[in-house]
Order: sequence, then structure tokens, then C-alpha cells
Amino acid sequence: MTDALVLAESRLLGSAGLTLSDLDRVFARLMGPGVDAADLYFQSRRSEGWMLEDGLVKEGSHAIEQGVGIRAISGEKTGFAYCDDFALPELLEASAMARAIARSGAEVGPQALARRGASALYAPVDPIETLSPEAKVDLLREVDAYARSLDPRVQQVIVSIAASLDTVLVAASDGVLAGDVRPLVRFNVQVIAESGGRRESGSAGGGGRYDAARLVRDGLPFAFAREAVRMALVNLEAVDAPAGAMTVVLGPGWPGVLLHEAVGHGLEGDFNRKGQSAYSGRIGERVAAKGVTVVDDGTIPERRGSLSIDDEGTPTRRNVLIEDGILVGYLQDRLNARLMGVAPTGNGRRESFAQLPMPRMTNTLMEAGDRDPAEIIASVKRGLYAVNFGGGQVDITSGRFVFSASEAYLIEDGRIGPPVKGATLIGNGPEAMTKITMIGNDLRLDAGVGVCGKDGQSVPVGVGQPTLRLDDMTVGGTRAG
Amino acid sequence: MTADVATRPPELSTDTEAARLADLAAEVLDRCRAGGATEAEVGLSIDQGLEVNVRMGEVETISHTRDRGLSVTVYVGRRKGSASTADLAPASIAATVGHALAIARHTGEDPAAGLADPGRFPTEFPDLDLDHPWSVTAEAAIDLALAAEDAGRAVDRRIANSDGAGVSTGRSVSVLANSAGFLGVERGTRHSISCSLIAAGDAGMQRDYWYSAARAATDLEDPEAIGRRAAERALARLGARKLGTRECPVLYVPEVARSLIGHLVGAVSGGALYRKASFLLDHAGRTIFPTWFSIREEPHLRRGQGSSVFDADGVATVASDLVRDGVLVRYVLGTYSARRLGLASTGNAGGIHNLVVEPGNRDFAGLLAEMGTGLVVTELMGQGVNPVTGDYSRGAAGFWVERGEIVHPVEEVTIAGNLREMFAGIAAVGSDVDRRGSILTGSILVGRMTVAGS
Repeated sequence: MTDALVLAESRLLGSAGLTLSDLDRVFARLMGPGVDAADLYFQSRRSEGWMLEDGLVKEGSHAIEQGVGIRAISGEKTGFAYCDDFALPELLEASAMARAIARSGAEVGPQALARRGASALYAPVDPIETLSPEAKVDLLREVDAYARSLDPRVQQVIVSIAASLDTVLVAASDGVLAGDVRPLVRFNVQVIAESGGRRESGSAGGGGRYDAARLVRDGLPFAFAREAVRMALVNLEAVDAPAGAMTVVLGPGWPGVLLHEAVGHGLEGDFNRKGQSAYSGRIGERVAAKGVTVVDDGTIPERRGSLSIDDEGTPTRRNVLIEDGILVGYLQDRLNARLMGVAPTGNGRRESFAQLPMPRMTNTLMEAGDRDPAEIIASVKRGLYAVNFGGGQVDITSGRFVFSASEAYLIEDGRIGPPVKGATLIGNGPEAMTKITMIGNDLRLDAGVGVCGKDGQSVPVGVGQPTLRLDDMTVGGTRAG
Repeated sequence: MTADVATRPPELSTDTEAARLADLAAEVLDRCRAGGATEAEVGLSIDQGLEVNVRMGEVETISHTRDRGLSVTVYVGRRKGSASTADLAPASIAATVGHALAIARHTGEDPAAGLADPGRFPTEFPDLDLDHPWSVTAEAAIDLALAAEDAGRAVDRRIANSDGAGVSTGRSVSVLANSAGFLGVERGTRHSISCSLIAAGDAGMQRDYWYSAARAATDLEDPEAIGRRAAERALARLGARKLGTRECPVLYVPEVARSLIGHLVGAVSGGALYRKASFLLDHAGRTIFPTWFSIREEPHLRRGQGSSVFDADGVATVASDLVRDGVLVRYVLGTYSARRLGLASTGNAGGIHNLVVEPGNRDFAGLLAEMGTGLVVTELMGQGVNPVTGDYSRGAAGFWVERGEIVHPVEEVTIAGNLREMFAGIAAVGSDVDRRGSILTGSILVGRMTVAGS
């Protein structure tokens, strides 16, 4: 049994006067003819944010959300209801609504709830409380002054800090009772620089599952300010991006959003169970160049994308998706794992109690190769070196994906040339992965900024990769030829 | 399935709830004042709905939704604090007010902070015909979704798979009140039917979808028509290929043309302007579109998706031009950003309320003929738009057109340009207006962009 489970039980059940025998009553209502499985997801989330612009701490906000999501599963069918009250009558009413998904069929009795431990990947601290409001406000002011001091061309600075604490408890009809207490902090700096009538922006940020004081201790806010200013100044010099197919070198770290879009989504179990993904039915086949190993690892301590347990109570794992170019695994939640006859992989996630869990990524990364990054750049006669990205998107059915470079340079005769304006890169996932011709030895994880959206649900994620050379990507600049 | 009381929660009684929320709002405002707030604003809402999804002829999910929320903004002098809760129990409300007040002790003195000018609050509350509850049972909703999917799957044997069909219905009641005496109540419904199908060809699978969305269920398209449209769209994508890199005209169909107008709204919104984070700084009064091009905001459209009598500050919304004869007439401002810019609010706190791009007189086929040779874009991917510079580069899919005729489907290309030039280079707007959102536009033909491909 872990501290997190004890805390979750006390915060979510104890404070509402609910006992495990009350949950038994809920399951008695929820299970019935035709219902194979059911679960309850208790959640309480508290979040706080502060924002500075024009040198003034202008906004602060605090939010509380709590509720219970109740799900009944019958074969491939799911009935779902939720309530924002932890009182037993409300739970019973929502259970009756969720269980209406099935009327007939075999009766599966609920198993007695048994507490399941999981190794904690982060401390159950409240990141909102670890830094006083005064300290947060002072920090924002100091970072603002610091960013402005770095270069006279800096015209506008927007600094924000956000922290949240999510406490969850999962109770399932097969007896699983698991809990988690999940801190998350994020710091962000955006600047606008102006020179000769031209304005450009730069931004940087990051964080993880730890307290806000730690963020400060590590000096991250000032590092983000330097990075944001550097990016804005680079962009002031940027020329039009080239258009057309060319060799692309991706820098380490956040450019791993490539893997998230080109590989990760297409390997989520729901799409593959339904045969909708460009990767469907391809386990055991070569889907990437030799040397390419992609994993989704929810177990890296204190990472933004990490979870001790997923939102169905399954402990997270390090799941190998592509091994040396061969597709070896999908990402599964419990429903899709059961229907596909495989084990859940600890990837069942949901934005909140008010939404259903689905297979989702955690931290998706490519393992390091053996090439020196300098050697990779030197190998390209003419191409694009993209080191920073905004978001991406994928159509998992056709495999088409995009991701948008926010900092990129031309490569001319093996040397890094002038910066170019942001451009969207487009490709086809399974095709692009076969065009990886060089893999650097410099695996890096992103700074902790990722948000992944699927079916209208957002969850925090991480990515990482070493420097990569991809031959023949389409770069969406304006300068043709 | 048989009807069951449990499949249908008690209907939301909006009159009772509105009265209850209004009372609660008054209590919260009192509590804010008692806690030291010089001004306060409170928003309260209740949403209730049903969503069903079917796939391959079987029910996949039935979800019942019911969300409540309270948000409070307090001002202590010119310092602001905000807090929200999804729990309307008295203790949570008290704690939320406490949090907002505590935050306002730490934020900075902002001369522009504070409630809107009471003279701008609406004095009349016309019925905009937005509230049309749909008493559909889960069973009936499932039947509609199945009808959509079945009709789509029957169109062609190549519709090999389905991403499902869905029906959703929701009703909400919300109250906005502030310490300057404003109390506004909104009731509204939103319903939709959607279908997403997968066509399989020799060169892989293609997915596409169609949906209908309306305030009244009687305004929804027939489910069968939605399913067939989804199927036809997915089939039309089969055999899509890249294009060579080139410059050519680009015709945005209405569903994606909307996004171009969205970028305009972002660039002329107060927040982007006072932060100097817009490529359209100081452009009010300047010609940024062709002289025949106009956009009007119509906040009081009956049954409009974005219709509202007041904005998020309680300021009355008014019908007015945004662009007239190519000239940017005004910005899109709420109270705060207007004060920052030394201007008056345009009733746009929280965004725009129905923007209508003046339609042209040619339908889609007419626009194809006008374009002659170029790219029709039916889908955009990614967020490659820089609001500070207007630089634009997005993934796209659609059709290659020669001599006004569709030649073949296109995928895996990007289209790029600068929004300033794209706006100035709009060659035509179609009569094929899409009314499903709060930006109402026909297809938009942009004269020239860079298409990057193989």
C-alpha cells in the first residue's frame, strides 16, 4: 500500500463519509445482467495560476473540480454517467444511468475491493502550497525584469506559473482499488522582440510532477527566460523558409513530437482494435528504419507525462512500440486490451472524471543511436535543421501528420546557415519512419510542456529523441525552388 | 432496448434553475462585498446532456453529462482575483470567494481593471430563440445514429470501416451578474448528429466525416443525408496523391474558410493588440481586404450558434460591421482590452457573436470555374500560423483542379503564405454558406499561395 492510496482514500472517500462497503453497494447497483465490468473514478483537482504582463502581475486564478465518473461495460458497449457530488444517493443514481447500457446477459459479480500498491514516481506534495503567493508573484517580477535586461529589443514579456494537484481513486468491479496523488507545475515565458519595425515572438517553458519550490531551486524560470529571448532574437533574423521535399535534421528533445504524431497515436489500442490506423494489423512488420527503437515510458520519475498508475488503476510501464524498426506493441487501456486479448499497458487515461478513459501516450521517445550530432549536420548538403516545434497533428487512418517548426535553420554544404521562418513539416507516419537514416547519440527529453488532445480530451505528455536525419520530408515554406 | 426511466435523467427545468442561480449569484456578490471586494462579477452555469455513439451497427457509448460551475472575479480597488469551482455546495462557494479575494491581495494595481461601464449593459433582453429542448431518449438517439451510419455504409462497398456515428444533445442555463447591477440569464440548447466513415482503396484508407449542428433538433439534417455525405467525402479522397511544389490559387471550402476569418479575429482582438502580438496593429480604418469584401457581426441572429444579448462583461452586443468594403472598421474588444487601447468596448469580451462574411453570388462550382487551375482545400492540419507576423504554413488535403474540373484528390501537401497578403488577395467568396458555427462564410478563393509537396 502506498502513501498515495492512503491519501486518496482519505481525501476522496473519508472526507465524504464514504466507506468501502458503500462502494460495494454502488457496484451492486452498477453490475447486473450483461455488465462485464464497471469502475468508479473519484477525482479532486485543485489548480492555481498566476500571470504577469507589462511588468504587472495581472491575473491570478484558483479552480476546484471534483466528481465521480461511473462506467459500466458490456462487451464493446460503455454506459457512462458522472456526478459532482460524492454522496451515496447521487452515486447510486448515476450508477443506474450508466448500467442501463445492458439489459440482458450473463451476470458477473463484483470482486471484493483490495488495495493495490504502485511504486510512487513523484512525491504526493501540493505544489500550490510549496511556494507562497508572495514568492510566486516576486518570482514572476524577477523573471520579467531579467528577460527585459537581456536585450533592449525585448518589448513585451508574459510570464506565467501554473500548479495543480490531482487526487484520484479508482475502484473497479474486478477488485482493483488504487489511488494516486499527482502534482504538476509549469512555468512559461513568452517574449516579443522588435527591431526595425519587425516583431517576432519566442517562448519557452517547462515543469514536471514536483513542487514549485523545486522549479525555483533549479533555476528553471531564468533559463526559460533566456531561451525565450534567444528564440525571439533568432526569429528577427529569419528569412523565408524553403518549400518542397528535402532532407531534414531534427534536433534532440522536443522535436520528438515527431514520434508522438508519426508513431504514437497510430499505435493506440482503440484505433487498432477497430482497424482504423495506418499501423493496424502490422505487429511484427518493419515500420521504421533499422536502428529505430521507440518506447512509451510512463515510469520516468517526476516527468510531466509520467503516472504511477494510469486512470484505470493499472501501474504504468515502459512499453516498447517499435524495436529496431519492427512494430512490437500497441498502447492499451483495459477495454481495448480485453477486446484484443492482450494485457493492459498502463495507458488508460482521461482528462477528468467527466470523460471516459482511452489509450493515450505518456512519455514517448526514441532511443539514442551512435552518431555525433555534428556529423549528422555535416552529412547534409542542402536541407533544414529544425530544433524547436509548436504543435502537431495526425490523421491516424491515412497516416498523414504535420508538425510545425518554430525555430529552424537552413543547412548549406554541411553547415548550419541562416534561420528561417516557422514552417509546417508534413509526412506520412509509417513512410517517414523508414526515411530515418541517421540517429544521434544525444537523446534528450523535452522540458515538460506537452499537452496531447484526443477526442476533445487533453492530457499532459512528454516526448524525447536524439538528433535525427530524415531524408525527403516536405517542408511547407513559401520559397519554392 | 426498452425505454427505462434510468436512461433519461430528469429534464433540466431552466426556469427554476435560472431563478435559483440568480439568487445564488446575488448571495455570492454579497459575500464578495462582505469580504472586502469593491467590485465583483459572478458566472454560474448548469449544463445537462446526452451523447450516444454507435459503430459498425452497434452501440458503443451512452454518456449522460451534467456539469455545474461557478466563477468569481473580484476587484479590490484595481487589483483582480479570480476563482472557480465545479461544486456549488455552500462551503465550496465560500472557499472559492475566499480564494479570489486572497489572490486579489497579491496581484498588481492595474488602472484598466474593473467592471464594464453600467451604461453599456443591455436594457432589453430579446428572445433569440436559442432554447429548444430535444426530449430524445437514449434509444431514439441510438436509432438516429444507426440510421446515419447505415446509410453511409450502404453507399459503396469501399466504405470498409467506420469511426462511428453520434448524436448529442445538451441544454444549458447560465447567469452572469455583477456588483454594478447587471443580471443576465441565458438558456440555450445545442444538438448535433455526426458520422465518420473510412473508405479503403488500393493505396490505403481514408477517413472523412460530416455533421449537422443546430439549436433546434428540427433544424438538423436528416441522419441518412449526413451518413451519405460522410461516405461520399471519404470515397472522394481515395487515390489521393501529393503535388509537386508550386504557386497556385487555393480555394478554401466553407468548413476550412472559417479558420481564415478566425485568424483575422485573433489578429484584431484586443488582447493581441495591446500586447503588440498581432500583424494587424494599428490597422483600424485601413484597407486589408479587396474593396468588395465585407464582414458583419450579427449577435442577435435567431437560433444562431454564437448569438447572445450580452458579452462576457455584461456589455450589450450590437450588430455592426467588422470589415466594410475591404476596410477594417473596428477591433474586437472587451472592456479590459478597450481600456488598455484607450477605446470603447465593442461588446466582444469572450469573443465574437456570429460573424457573417458577405456571400458572393457564385456557388462552389462557379468558384471552381473562376479558379480554373488550382488547389481546393477541404482539410487543414496543424497550427502553423504566427499571429505576430501573419506567417502561415499549414498541412492541407483536398483536390487538384484544372479548367474548373476536379482532377484528383491531393494529400500530404502544405500551403503557405502571409495572412496579410492572403487577405488582400482574396479573389471571391461563394454563396455556399456553412451555418454550423459562429463564423458564417461561403468558400473563399485566395489568389496565390505556395503549395509544397514532392
